[in-house]
Amino acid sequence: MAADNISFNVLKHRLVPEHHLLSEEEADEVLARKGMTRDQLPKVRKSDPGIKILESIHGPIDEGRVIKVVRKSETAQEFVGYRLVTRG
Amino acid sequence: MTIRGITKRIGSIKFSCVSPEEIRKMSATKIITADTYDDEGYPIDMGLMDPHMGVIEPGLRCKTCGCKVDECPGHFGHIDLAMPVIHVGFIKDIKMLLESTCCQCGRLMLSEDQIQARRESMDKMEELGGGTIEVKNFSKETAKDASGKGICPYCGCEQIKIKLDKPTTFREVEDNHKLTPKEVRERLERIPDDDLVTLGIDPSTCRPEWMVLTALAVPPVTVRPSITLDSGDRSEDDLTHKLVDVLRINQRLRENRDAGAPQLIVEDLWELLQYHVTTYFDNQTSGIPPARHRSGRPLKTLTQRLKGKEGRFRSNLSGKRVNFSARTVISPDPLLSINEVGVPIFAARELTVPVHVNEHNIAKIREMVARGPAPPNDNPYLPGVNYVIRSDGRRIRVTERNCADVSEGIDIDYTVERQLVDGDVVLFNRQPSLHRMSMMAHRVRIMPGRTFRFNLCVCPPYNADFDGDEMNLHVLQSDEARAEARILMQVQENILSPRYGGPIIGAIHDHITGAYFLTHNNPRFDRFEAANVMFKLSDIEMPAPFIDEATGEPYWTGKQLFSTVLPADFRTTFKSNICQNCSVCRKEECEYDAYVKIRDGQLLCGTIDVKGIGNSKGKILDRIARDYGSDRAAQFINQVTRIALGALMNHGFSTGIGDEDIPAEAALQISNHSQECIDKVTDLVQSYQDGTLAQMPGRSLRETLEVEVMQVLGKARDEAGRIAGKHLGMTNPAVIMAKAGARGSMLNLSQMAGCVGQQAVRGERLSRGYWDRTLPHFEKGDLGAYARGFCSNSYKSGLSPTEFFFHAMGGREGLVDTAVRTSRSGYMQRRLVSALEDLKLTSDGTVRNTIGTVVQFRYGEDGVDPARTVRGKAIDLDDLFAEVLGDRADELLHIDTKDIGGDYGSLEKDEMEYIEEDESEDYDDLDMDYDGGGE
Repeated sequence: MAADNISFNVLKHRLVPEHHLLSEEEADEVLARKGMTRDQLPKVRKSDPGIKILESIHGPIDEGRVIKVVRKSETAQEFVGYRLVTRG
Repeated sequence: MTIRGITKRIGSIKFSCVSPEEIRKMSATKIITADTYDDEGYPIDMGLMDPHMGVIEPGLRCKTCGCKVDECPGHFGHIDLAMPVIHVGFIKDIKMLLESTCCQCGRLMLSEDQIQARRESMDKMEELGGGTIEVKNFSKETAKDASGKGICPYCGCEQIKIKLDKPTTFREVEDNHKLTPKEVRERLERIPDDDLVTLGIDPSTCRPEWMVLTALAVPPVTVRPSITLDSGDRSEDDLTHKLVDVLRINQRLRENRDAGAPQLIVEDLWELLQYHVTTYFDNQTSGIPPARHRSGRPLKTLTQRLKGKEGRFRSNLSGKRVNFSARTVISPDPLLSINEVGVPIFAARELTVPVHVNEHNIAKIREMVARGPAPPNDNPYLPGVNYVIRSDGRRIRVTERNCADVSEGIDIDYTVERQLVDGDVVLFNRQPSLHRMSMMAHRVRIMPGRTFRFNLCVCPPYNADFDGDEMNLHVLQSDEARAEARILMQVQENILSPRYGGPIIGAIHDHITGAYFLTHNNPRFDRFEAANVMFKLSDIEMPAPFIDEATGEPYWTGKQLFSTVLPADFRTTFKSNICQNCSVCRKEECEYDAYVKIRDGQLLCGTIDVKGIGNSKGKILDRIARDYGSDRAAQFINQVTRIALGALMNHGFSTGIGDEDIPAEAALQISNHSQECIDKVTDLVQSYQDGTLAQMPGRSLRETLEVEVMQVLGKARDEAGRIAGKHLGMTNPAVIMAKAGARGSMLNLSQMAGCVGQQAVRGERLSRGYWDRTLPHFEKGDLGAYARGFCSNSYKSGLSPTEFFFHAMGGREGLVDTAVRTSRSGYMQRRLVSALEDLKLTSDGTVRNTIGTVVQFRYGEDGVDPARTVRGKAIDLDDLFAEVLGDRADELLHIDTKDIGGDYGSLEKDEMEYIEEDESEDYDDLDMDYDGGGE
């Protein structure tokens, strides 16, 4: 598994925002609420260290899955964003 | 929505390669001779100027479409190349294709499964909204995976590595065999359509062999018009010159090949043809010398026409020359409203606004047209009409002679181009247009003279001064544009800057000094003086005067007069700029009158200075703009600046170098102290040389010395400034300006009166110049204060020759820094803008690009317009408390904590000043405009 050769969990670093894998239903619900289609979401590569960590928890993540990112924001304290997993 | 006159709308544009067949098909004529004109000056048929390709001379007709100049768009011709030639623009793609496909069978060298997987990934990518760049990168990867294989998986043919000799020659590495363009073309022809799709090429619109040219499209003559010089000689366009070269060599190549000339000669000519075609496309291809004109000037060929700042894109498509615009020198006019711009009559008579004629205005318009384009009397200014546009679209120029007739002929549904009048909305702009406040909408005020004039408060957003600056003015032509400009771009709508959520337009310089004189220590004004202060304010009612108990005369106080321009229910509390930051604030009892308290629109105590009404810092201004709206804010700025100038003129104000005079004993004190410090430095140097200097942790001995010396000399300047400052009291005009925040700083003053201080380059004492010394006036290895750039004199007492030289060294650094900074930040800005220019805030609060991809899920993550924030914060809690709790809030809030006194807007500037102070000893803090006037 990819996690075997990950020596450091980047998600635990304080500068890395929280990543959550959304289930297909959750993703569809979010997209419906936001009135967006998948192709309009910002992208995150499958090879991203954060995604690799998530894969070690949830198993392989396919392209087209949606990641919820909760980051600390200077203007809005906490901000929720979404990313689409793509190839790479 | 349909716009009149538009019959067709472009749905989409696709760029692709053009096939040789297509080139021949769209060609109006084949070009075979290199000659252009015959002896009589007529274009030769099948020459480069063949009239089938369009017309450039008026009166002639195009032989293809029969249209005249300006009607005929021009038609392409073509040259049949004797031998195929590679197109430089596609050289990378050709290389990629040659490397990733088999040299024998032309198949993509990946297994069927791999190809299948790649195709599926590509489909998936498209489905998930992958951009063209992503798809392109992916196909590049595919090509990379396929290349470098030894053996073709399909035909088993051994592959020979191919190298590209820049710019256009391919070579097989092993036997050094050069691939001719013909061979390259044959290989490309063999690649099957299906494999092209995998490589990201759509074979229905672009076959790779088309990248090797067999026919060359010749652009229409309208694209490369020849110019007839005064002497009657014809001068051809660079493209024509280049095409002549191509044709000549093509001709020779064909003749030699057909005559069966030796292979070597044919190859040489072939290479020459390749060179000419290459430079025809791009004359700056690296690896080959650029083709030159007879004069030695490099030719401007196709790529050069498009590329760069002067290229078609940046100078003709992104930027255009416009009508209805004017440019002239600017000058100040404090009596104009901030929303106004003074336009000279000269300009106003040229600039026009279209007015549609209807039954309500026809009489007035007739009168206006009858006046002609230049009424003889400009006093009063009355607008004339320059053009009349009839309902059929014909334009009639109105002249002195025909104006009466034209006026008679005016009918409903005509449009007339009326000259500017007071109140027209125009856009006003000063380059460099770095932020949105560089272009604002103003109301026109027609004035005599030759300059554009505007209120001084509007200088900061434009970053304008009056040492010869010029500005541009654009007249809006439609009602939609005028409405939009008035609502979004008018000066008063831009008082609060989105850069830091504070006012960028506000009182400057003399306004602040004036407000200081009006309010500081609450001076009394008798009837005469009060009228002097107030007479420029037209719509202000004088408050009831106090009565002097001794004389029985009525008088007004400065604070009372200032209060007349405040909104009736205005309340705020803050500390002004003159605040001394005492350890315990005595608030209302402040001995410096620095505690500003306004209740119910009455200034109860405190001095109004830069912190009250200044741009970027002005608290009163900030509050009015935010709470009372832009109309009230504009009114306030107009009134407060007038009242401040009234007070200043009533008081009288002037400064000179004499204001930096200090008593002899103070000068002695300063020089004694400087001497002490210099001696201390000598001691430090001595101890450094003896080795007795205590080394600082993490620093070398030498660095320790430098740090300590800098410290001592820094103190010397501060002390000199302090002593000088003590003798320059609050009655000194220069000090008043510095303390009130109008202009200059105490540091500037102490440099003038006390001591200029240590000069530095790159934050260090001066050290470069000669061997081990800065100037030949000093001994080698002298590390003392004077030898390393300390100026103990003041600007007033005059610098010694060596000090002067050191000062120039430090000053030059400042200049170089500014020059470097502007060019670098300009380029950064350009890149930033091109990255962000078409992002858009949509109605659902998301920021998206043109294809609808989300860039930010909520604008700024909090969805707040920074211009509406309180210095970057969405909500000002202190303000809310004050509103709810009234005066009790002040006790809870600790007004003296720095958060309230902090001025976000000046943060950047202060930081920059700090750096400059640090490095170049404030040389350019004097804010001289070095390049002024010579723009």
